[in-house]
Amino acid sequence: MAESQQAQASGESLLQKPMVAADTAGGGEHEQVEHRLQVRGLGVMFNGNYAIRNISMKFQDNRATAIIGPSGCGKSTLLRALNRMHDIVPGAKVVGEIELDGENVMKIDAVAVRRRIGMVFQKPNPFPTMSIFENAVSGLRFNGVSKRSLLKDVAEDVLKKAALWDEVKDRLKEPAMSLSGGQQQRLCIARAMAVEPEILLMDEPTSALDPIATAKIEELIFDLKNTYTIVIVTHNMQQAARVSDYTAFMYMGELVEAARTRTIFTNPEKKQTEDYITGRFG
Amino acid sequence: MSERRLHFSRATILRRKITNNLMIGLCAVCVLLALIPLALILFYTVREGIGAINLEFFTHLPKPVGETGGGMANAIVGTLIMMGMSAMIGVPVGILCGVYLSEYGRNRFASVVRFLVEVMSGLPSIIVGIFTYALVVKPMGRFSAYAGAVALAVLMIPTITKTTDELLKLVPNTLREAALALGAPQWIVNTRIVLRAAAKGIVTAVMLSVARVAGETAPLLFTAMNNRFWHNTLDQPIASLPVQIYTYATSPYDDWHAQAWAGATVLIVIVFVLSVVVRVVSGGKFTVQQ
Repeated sequence: MAESQQAQASGESLLQKPMVAADTAGGGEHEQVEHRLQVRGLGVMFNGNYAIRNISMKFQDNRATAIIGPSGCGKSTLLRALNRMHDIVPGAKVVGEIELDGENVMKIDAVAVRRRIGMVFQKPNPFPTMSIFENAVSGLRFNGVSKRSLLKDVAEDVLKKAALWDEVKDRLKEPAMSLSGGQQQRLCIARAMAVEPEILLMDEPTSALDPIATAKIEELIFDLKNTYTIVIVTHNMQQAARVSDYTAFMYMGELVEAARTRTIFTNPEKKQTEDYITGRFG
Repeated sequence: MSERRLHFSRATILRRKITNNLMIGLCAVCVLLALIPLALILFYTVREGIGAINLEFFTHLPKPVGETGGGMANAIVGTLIMMGMSAMIGVPVGILCGVYLSEYGRNRFASVVRFLVEVMSGLPSIIVGIFTYALVVKPMGRFSAYAGAVALAVLMIPTITKTTDELLKLVPNTLREAALALGAPQWIVNTRIVLRAAAKGIVTAVMLSVARVAGETAPLLFTAMNNRFWHNTLDQPIASLPVQIYTYATSPYDDWHAQAWAGATVLIVIVFVLSVVVRVVSGGKFTVQQ
């Protein structure tokens, strides 16, 4: 662990060079560091004005990366660029590179990208016309899967992974809107997992929920990051500290600092980051 | 005690109360004024028409002048046929056009289309009749049920398009995003999410526009024209209730007048039944499931 502490002390940034060790990997062993998802010089413009600009960072595989920063700093804009959600926004233009497994995300079909990069939104948004079951497997249905036995297995599997199965197993046919807000959000996470994405983007997934539901979702994220690469935008710094391994701090559309979460919260490199973390602004 | 910024004297309060009650009274009078003609139409039509409504009216063809009895069976069937046919043309075109405007309509072409739809929804129906005459009747060389259905469909399309466009815009964007984020292609998002969420409202709009064209006379006068007998095929002139009512009401014969009233009653009932179905289906509202 000495090495890892040393790395923290030097405030090594994801911006400059890849991480050598990760504080979540136990046993003092070197972790195999891989970044299937990374962005280079990424900028997003709305009607000619930059919302975010010149962002370069890497997202470590099978870890949770939190993006923090004050309102309007471009956290969500960055997140939504990663799975091409800006395609449907009139006047939006994305510049720079997003690389997924060596491919340029901007050059491949948006639908194909979104099958690999799932997303959970700020407000729980289950499909109101569908039952709990139908919501859980909706992504498969959209992609042409209709085999009943397979759908059933997948529904059970993802609802269990989302820690929702025990609460809904006897009422799968009921409308999704009959669930509470927290349950709806876990259903949305289950729904996103059903299409087996490699990366899961979460845009303030708990900001519309009460503390108990929030705790459940955080627990879930903590479990999920062993199998998924998670990028989570959050307003809540404690949340970032609790669930993420890496944290990126954004301010005014630019990436100020990105490093291991512990580093960001204990020994940030930049004064701006420290001011934000300690509550002096934002 | 310091002077209050706002001070209401008793007189002010009284004056406001009186004004308030006056305005409520005025509104009530206006409601009555609007309801009186409606009630009179219903009452008078049914009173005049009920005498001539019997089984024969629904099952027999019109009798020649001078002979008593006979019915409007062919006109009732004709109206139902043309309602169905015009819905078959107008509903898909109208809904798809609405989907285009709402889901793909961010370009100049779409705003032109949207403007034209606005204009078309205010188009006098007689003009639609003339248009269809030139478009269908002239090339076919005769009046036909097809021509009548086309005319009614043209009347239907702008209403359905406009309502569909507006209803789909009410579907929250978060639902579209949710489906897209699951890797759903655009057409799946449109059919399984957007249209389904607005389905009830769209059904309401469709039923109302069908009910509306059921009573149209002008566009049928020189498209479907009229027929005193059963139509053999749909490329022949066909009878319809509105045109039959028009013909009988403008005739000099008393028993035809009675039959015109009966026809009017039947037409009102058809439209009424459609409206009731709409209310049952939609719960009385244009709604989008949120």
